[in-house]
Amino acid sequence: MDFLADYLWLIIALPLAGAVALHFGGKFLPEPLPGLVAVGAIGTAFLIAAAAFVPLATGEAEAHILMLWDWMPGIGAAFEIRWDQLSALMTLIVTGVGTLIHIYSIGYMHGDPRFSRFFTYLNLFAASMLTLVLANNYAMMFVGWELVGLCSYLLISFWFTRPSAAAAGKKAFVVNRIGDFAFIVGLMLVFTQFGSLSMSETVLSHPGEVLSPGTATAIAILFLIGAAGKSAQIPLYVWLPDAMEGPTPVSALIHAATMVTAGVYLIARNAAIFELSPVALPIVATVGAATALVAALIAVGQNDIKKVLAYSTVSQLGYMFLAVGSAGYVAGVFHLMTHAFFKALLFLGAGSVIHGMHEEQDMRKMGGLRTAMPITHATMLVATLAIAGIFPFAGFFSKDEILASVFANGGYYLVLWGVGLFTAFLTAYYMTRQYIMVFWGKPRWVEGLKPHESSLWMTVPLMVLAVLSAGAGFLNTPQLLTLEHYLEPVFEALHPAHLESELPRILGMDGLAFGLAIVSLGVAVIGIATAGFVYARSSERFRQWFANATRRPMNASENAFWVDKFYGKTIVLPGKKLAQGLASFDSFFVDGAVNGVAGVVQRIGMSLKPLQSGFVRSYGATFVAGVIGLVIFFLTRGGL
Amino acid sequence: MAGPTPYMALAFILFVIGATGLLTRRNALIMFMSVELMLNSVNLTFVAAGRAIGNFTGQVSVFFVLVVAAAEVVIGLAIIVAVFQKRNSASVDELSEMKG
Repeated sequence: MDFLADYLWLIIALPLAGAVALHFGGKFLPEPLPGLVAVGAIGTAFLIAAAAFVPLATGEAEAHILMLWDWMPGIGAAFEIRWDQLSALMTLIVTGVGTLIHIYSIGYMHGDPRFSRFFTYLNLFAASMLTLVLANNYAMMFVGWELVGLCSYLLISFWFTRPSAAAAGKKAFVVNRIGDFAFIVGLMLVFTQFGSLSMSETVLSHPGEVLSPGTATAIAILFLIGAAGKSAQIPLYVWLPDAMEGPTPVSALIHAATMVTAGVYLIARNAAIFELSPVALPIVATVGAATALVAALIAVGQNDIKKVLAYSTVSQLGYMFLAVGSAGYVAGVFHLMTHAFFKALLFLGAGSVIHGMHEEQDMRKMGGLRTAMPITHATMLVATLAIAGIFPFAGFFSKDEILASVFANGGYYLVLWGVGLFTAFLTAYYMTRQYIMVFWGKPRWVEGLKPHESSLWMTVPLMVLAVLSAGAGFLNTPQLLTLEHYLEPVFEALHPAHLESELPRILGMDGLAFGLAIVSLGVAVIGIATAGFVYARSSERFRQWFANATRRPMNASENAFWVDKFYGKTIVLPGKKLAQGLASFDSFFVDGAVNGVAGVVQRIGMSLKPLQSGFVRSYGATFVAGVIGLVIFFLTRGGL
Repeated sequence: MAGPTPYMALAFILFVIGATGLLTRRNALIMFMSVELMLNSVNLTFVAAGRAIGNFTGQVSVFFVLVVAAAEVVIGLAIIVAVFQKRNSASVDELSEMKG
């Protein structure tokens, strides 16, 4: 244990070394090798993390901090790794799901001219994300926070020759910038209040003695904006659907399983500050519930297989925000984990479908794929049931626990509970819709297309993730609160009423917990049944009627409620106008001043130009005249 | 023994001849000779004045002028030869490329 603890830095260093090695040497390696190097780097990091996780999980070891080196001692910024229950769990998710997606990418990126560069970025992303979650220090966390943003940008616009991909990367970067700005202002506020950026000296050591409720609210809101940027929450969620321009493994790794959960992690990690504020947590919960609902409504009308999953991700992230906003931190982290499994699986499955359909992403041109792609079909079915929240798949337990912890707060939260329940219905509905459109019905393929099952590189990760999606829920059933007890040391100081008595009490109230679970399960079943009826079991006439009746709302949903257009008119266009105004100020006044000075000098030069006649003798005459003038001058003055 | 006046008069005449030549001739070589003439007329005033005052300062000054003039001759002649080789003429009026 002690031996391992000193080598925890390898978890970050290995993927980083992989990225550096591939950056310089990758192009000399033949095709599968760069991928294997990257898999080796992150896989070893996973093994180290798993080995170091075991003593934490069994309770043999306690959370500890590994100091790597001092960075800016004056502001308490250092590179130090915090290995506690929460960061260990995050590390396992990042490296575990990351390893599977790395393996999958070897198959998915086969034949790409920038094969090794792709793995450079993937490894760099893994190192950045691990820096973020392992940081015991806001400064180090911010470094990771910015680096994952950079990697997201690089990978979204990986196929940068497509203008849409380049634009999507830029959009993600700019929108994230807004959140990052709020985050860094929040960090400054933390520093002015505590005089340090080290987490063990700030948020994790009685912040209530330093922060007033007002300051805590300010910091919490700033952190929330930062988290909303990274985790694609209202109003900053618009970049995530566009981010689907990136290769599908990127969507699975960054924009579903890991990076976008950084905001949830940030709030869970700083829960102590959020708890000090009377309003921060309800705001977080409201943002989460609103995002969950709006994104689910949009997902219902999407026809691009990846867009459905993108909005579904936004919606599920909203769920996690709803959970942490209801002080259900464990529920939030639990859903983060199960979501990482089943959403990564959904994306990878979608990638397998896209691959098998020769880059076709429109679900209207799919259908009937269950026989052509049996493994992809089976694993996607597991993931669909998991995200819909069907017992006993993972999503059922995590979603149920979120809804239970929202319900447990009572009062205003009951409204949010209703929103969450309705979102659960929508989730089941649109996921079933997608599943049916892709795998059932008659083939609607483009002519001459022969779909094929993907290679083992891709299907094996799918199967592993399917097992996790099916079974991970049992980590935290209401009877066996394994994860709850495991994470207890991280959250025990918070909201003691909730952890020690309230939730177990409510959940323990025979019937109520069971009733809530039945309700959420029932809602999911209704959602699946509705979609199943509408898209598979109904008559052609009913389908016609349904399509006509829902034309307007479906159109609004398909166009994502025109939010992008609205942002374009209200923010982007005025921003461009302002930039143009500033540019004309620059070209008129700033450049004008410089050019004006140059013009004056030039005009003086032009007027003096005739003096240089080019005739040597006229110079001589001037010279002589000057001398004579001087002589006369001195003579009239009467000597020198 | 006469005073410095005749020498001064001679120097003045030489200086005027030199200045006139400088201003009226357009052959660079002749202009150059005119400059030399003017320099030597000034040398003559130095020597004459030194003699009249009774010290060697004037004569020492002449040596300096001669040395500077020698250097000037070297460079000046080199330029003139180069110009002549290039355009087969030493007329200064044609050398007006640099006019503004």
